[in-house]
Amino acid sequence: MSRAKTLQSLFKRYRRPGDIVFAWIALLASVFLLSQLADQTAWRNGGKLFAQPRFWPAVSLGGMTLFAALHLVGSALSERIEGRWHEVWLWVTSLEYAGWFIAYAVAVPYAGYLPSTVLFAIALTLRAGYRRASTLIAAAVAAVVIVLLFKTMLKVNLPSGLIYESLPDGLRQIMLTYF
Amino acid sequence: MENLIAGLEMLARWDVMLALLVGSIGGVVIGAIPGVGPAVAIAILLPATFSLDPIVGLTMLLGIYGSSMYGGAIPAVLINTPGTAVNALTSYDGYPMTERGEAHRAVSLAYSASFWGGIFGILCLILLSPVLALIAPMFGSREIFLAAFLGILLVILAHRGQIFAAGLLAMFGIFLQTVGLDAVTYTQRYTFGYSFLSSGVNLIVVVLGLFALSQAFFLLTAPDNSPDAKPVTGRMGAGIKELLRHKRVATVASGFGVILGMIPGTGEFTAQFMSYTYAQKTSKNPDQFGKGSPEGLIASEAANNAVPAAAMIPLLALGIPGEALTAMMLSVFYVHNVIPGPQLFQNNIDLVYGLYFALIALNVIVMVFLLFSTNLLTRVIRVPTRFLGVMILLLSFVGVYSLRNSLTDCMIASAFGVLGLILKRLNLPIVPIILGMVLGGIMEVKLRSALPRLKTPLDMIDRPIAAILFALIVLVLALHLRTLVREWRAHQPTDDHDLHDSQMR
Repeated sequence: MSRAKTLQSLFKRYRRPGDIVFAWIALLASVFLLSQLADQTAWRNGGKLFAQPRFWPAVSLGGMTLFAALHLVGSALSERIEGRWHEVWLWVTSLEYAGWFIAYAVAVPYAGYLPSTVLFAIALTLRAGYRRASTLIAAAVAAVVIVLLFKTMLKVNLPSGLIYESLPDGLRQIMLTYF
Repeated sequence: MENLIAGLEMLARWDVMLALLVGSIGGVVIGAIPGVGPAVAIAILLPATFSLDPIVGLTMLLGIYGSSMYGGAIPAVLINTPGTAVNALTSYDGYPMTERGEAHRAVSLAYSASFWGGIFGILCLILLSPVLALIAPMFGSREIFLAAFLGILLVILAHRGQIFAAGLLAMFGIFLQTVGLDAVTYTQRYTFGYSFLSSGVNLIVVVLGLFALSQAFFLLTAPDNSPDAKPVTGRMGAGIKELLRHKRVATVASGFGVILGMIPGTGEFTAQFMSYTYAQKTSKNPDQFGKGSPEGLIASEAANNAVPAAAMIPLLALGIPGEALTAMMLSVFYVHNVIPGPQLFQNNIDLVYGLYFALIALNVIVMVFLLFSTNLLTRVIRVPTRFLGVMILLLSFVGVYSLRNSLTDCMIASAFGVLGLILKRLNLPIVPIILGMVLGGIMEVKLRSALPRLKTPLDMIDRPIAAILFALIVLVLALHLRTLVREWRAHQPTDDHDLHDSQMR
């Protein structure tokens, strides 16, 4: 009995709520990817095993499945921690911010880098729960500084907005180049 | 000698100096803010540095890497929240000192110990480089393959208590780098017919998602918090005098930092814990540890600051990054067609010396900066966390989108951001994914190029270095098995701890 218990405690790990959900998802994903091995990779007749294009995907996915299974066993043998679904819900809510990020990326080529950055900075600050005018102004100023730093000074590769095309001649050129 | 001068000349340019200044001071500030760490900053700045000269871009990133731990000590000491994950142990002894009203003593000691560790690390690097230049050419494909394999193994085993998860994530990283068109046979691998997957999963997009975006999501989904740090009064130079009374601890701790920094996959955490344990065991007042012992503070700060210089050794000499930050820097080298590895010491030795001098300069700049501006930084610490999340989100966009103006990249980065958030919430490590991607790629290429010269599997290890590396791999595995057996026999497995909590913010 004691030995079985020790084996059990070998697998028991310090965890947080929701660990078992992650363990299941990881295992299912690994098994799915591994099942696609023959379909998604090629085997060259006559080539050495280690040089096959299939070799590394097979090794890594095999390893992934093994470790995912062990992780799941470890998770299942440990005591349950309260708050599992609460935690999973938090993961889901993070998708909202992923959405904000993608929306921002969609907006930049149309609205221009400067306007969309200022707009998103203020909107996101509001969304994050800040209402004080000083915080909102700080967000706007920070957005302008980011634009000045990266687009105007470091000239990183970002598209100029379609909206700038409708500006008067002199201003348009400046906006297209620097903002 | 002329290489040394050429290295100095590389630094004597206004843009390099500016990059160094921006990098080192920026690194301190970033390190001081709990919630952003060097990984987030380097990930965001990475694409911006691609357009700069290699030495300019590298000094900036190196500045952030080397100086963030100085800054990270401030919140660790003042508010018991490490600014970067590697300052965790600093708070053990730093915060009790603050509670006793000795904040000034703790902060200045932390700076001095950091400086000691930083300079010690660089001196080791400089002294070792003739040896490296001699040994590095002995590394052929099979040796580099074995070294990368050892790196993967160590990064998995170093996550004690989370080995299965670390293994799972490292394997996931290796898998990620295989996606796309195979470079040798031109066959598709796991593209599922999507054209955007043909070119593979971009490392920088993954890094930005896992480190930067995930941190933004993490801060935005958690309750708002504004850490309150009290200003510190007193002269900052006092710590140097006190440090000199504990030279032995500082030097041994730096030594641990250098040795563990060189070994891929171990890094600051292990170095800190080992030197802390050493300091406690050899101290005259071991009971004081955890209650505000200056020796404990010195041990952890000297150890973690000796690591960046040492971590450059496998990166420069072999092209093998030991942790996430050097893995990111590797991509800067690649973009500029400077391939780190044995050839670097033969063809670009001036660049290597340039980087050494940059490291020395950055330690001096940071030390001087900190002596005057600690109280300014205590105000920076108070930035509300959700506001910080908004800023990281905006900055991540620059990083992802400037890479190749691709919306798909943004979506992939978002997906990795959510994955990173889940891992952070679960207290699981992120670094194995990145190291898996980088080291997996190295392993695949090197194994392939080693194959034509191998007739039997034993040929793999018939050269001295390869044999040593193989012996090390076996030793590491054997030692791990021994620990497992011991734990089993003792009927009492060691308790897992929060060691990897919020790793590499």
